[in-house]
Amino acid sequence: MNLSRRHFLVLAPAAAIAWKAVSAGTPEQSPNYKTADHWWGMLIDIPKCIGCGNCVRACATENDIPDGYFRTWVERYHVEDEDMTNPQVISPDGGKEGFPVAAEDAGKYFFVPKMCNHCADSPCTQVCPVGATFVSPDGVVLVDPKYCLGCAYCVQACPYGCRYIHPEKKTADKCTLCYHRITKGLTTACCENCPTGARQLVDLKNPKDPIHEFLRTHPVQVLKPQMATGAKAYYNGLDGSVR
Amino acid sequence: MNGVEGFMYPNEIGLQWSVLIVLYPFITGLVAGAFILASLERVFHVEAVKPTYRLALLTALSFLIVAPLPLQLHLGHPERSPEMYFTPHSTSAMAMFGYVYLWYLMAVLVFEIWLDYRKDIVLLARSSKGLLRLKYKVMSLGSDNINPRALHIDEKVGWVVTLIGIPSAFLLHGYVGFIFGSIKANPWWSSPLMPVVFIFSAMVSGIAGVMLIYMATTKLRGQKIEMRCVDTIAMYLFYIFIIDFSLEMLDLIHRIYEADESFRSLDFLVHTQLYIPHIVIQIMLGTITPLVLLFITQVIKLPEQLRKRIYVVSGCLALMGIFAMRWNVVIGGQLFSKSFLGYTTYKMALVTREGSLVALALAILPLFILWALIKVLPPWMAEPASHQPAGD
Repeated sequence: MNLSRRHFLVLAPAAAIAWKAVSAGTPEQSPNYKTADHWWGMLIDIPKCIGCGNCVRACATENDIPDGYFRTWVERYHVEDEDMTNPQVISPDGGKEGFPVAAEDAGKYFFVPKMCNHCADSPCTQVCPVGATFVSPDGVVLVDPKYCLGCAYCVQACPYGCRYIHPEKKTADKCTLCYHRITKGLTTACCENCPTGARQLVDLKNPKDPIHEFLRTHPVQVLKPQMATGAKAYYNGLDGSVR
Repeated sequence: MNGVEGFMYPNEIGLQWSVLIVLYPFITGLVAGAFILASLERVFHVEAVKPTYRLALLTALSFLIVAPLPLQLHLGHPERSPEMYFTPHSTSAMAMFGYVYLWYLMAVLVFEIWLDYRKDIVLLARSSKGLLRLKYKVMSLGSDNINPRALHIDEKVGWVVTLIGIPSAFLLHGYVGFIFGSIKANPWWSSPLMPVVFIFSAMVSGIAGVMLIYMATTKLRGQKIEMRCVDTIAMYLFYIFIIDFSLEMLDLIHRIYEADESFRSLDFLVHTQLYIPHIVIQIMLGTITPLVLLFITQVIKLPEQLRKRIYVVSGCLALMGIFAMRWNVVIGGQLFSKSFLGYTTYKMALVTREGSLVALALAILPLFILWALIKVLPPWMAEPASHQPAGD
């Protein structure tokens, strides 16, 4: 193909823009990543969540999640006055496409993003018969799909419903906290795509991480604290009705 | 969404453990119970149940051979199951399975059966010819000394093996109960009583199973059922059933009285989806009815024929009740959301890998294995040669 100088001048900037777009999603290389220097968790700021479902879609795309299964999802709570023990909860298709307009005005509505809590004392890790699921030195609960038997004992043991058996791989699957990204200096796909900053990846070993100040100054809670799992998904503004 | 009422976490809608996992504790329960019945004669010298001694051991072995199959069929990657032996995870209750299974199969059951049959095997090897002789020679493992002293040693070692076998049977099935009872995420399962309930329900099912098999095989052989034997078995069945029922009721009453955060959800389940399998089949038909029937046989002198019929009905109902109990634990424990806000349903497939046909085949398979074992090692072959209690 003969490329004239005129054509080249038009195409070169276009190619540069295209390359920039392609490389935008490429994780930076981080050869100096040291697991011992990190202890990962997630901050979920409930008042900031608008239930758009961006996080669910981003997770599904980034991690190639099969339809009907969720590494993360969003629930919408409707709590009527004085009826905290009986909230009305919906999560149509995991909240992937957002939520229908609320029908009633009475009571309060709020969204609760859910995901693996990356528990420090995780019951799923405890029960795995071969140790295929484990807590990494930097605090992420992971599954080795080449080792997992697919017995589903971990699925039963998770109090938060965060695990499933992958329908094609036939092994346990769950949120990896986008380990392939965070070890390269990026944040998770859900955090990256949250338009309001309702999700924030936190590094509890990093003294400069704003999480320390946040935990000191906000009413932060974990889900099902009675389970004593050492959950590291910290919820700001968590309503008592949330299960 | 189909089959869902209220709110389930989205990954909870499909059940993870199917009817095959129901079958697993049912089968191991039969193994443990059958062995305990055998030990009544061997260790506790309950002479009346002697006609069932060998049959109970062979029954236990037949079911134990099949016990891992439902698990294998359930696994997403059955080819990786040896990893449980090679790289077991020390904190996992399930990782114990391989070792408990092998211990029970090889160190207890097969060894005890071999010891008990050794004399018969040697005699058969001597009296038969050709391939049959070779078969029995191999089965004797070259140990063909059957002089009185050697047999006395067999007897003593067999007694010790049975003695070890009793806690091993408890371990085998108590461990299965622990697999469920130790899951704190599931309030339907999480209970320290679970292993104990599993052990006693195992004894009920095993004793009922062997009693029925003994009555059926005796009938098929055209022999007379020894009423002293079945009366004694029925008595043990009755007393152990009472303990089992008391433990289950204790668990139930405790849950009702404590009424923790999960109670409303579980209560709803028991009154709706689990009403038939739990209230009707497990408690009314599978427990109270056989208990009442067995109670009648204990307090009223009934004619022999009627007693036999009552034992058959009670045994069948007890087995049905224990199967329903396993169903209610395994399936029932997955029908409600861990959010306690909703319920899902379980639809059993017919011809899939974890379907009802496979489950049925696995439930029947031990009976074929038992038939084959009886052919090779007839349990009634050495009835006249009675067991002498150790030390005699």
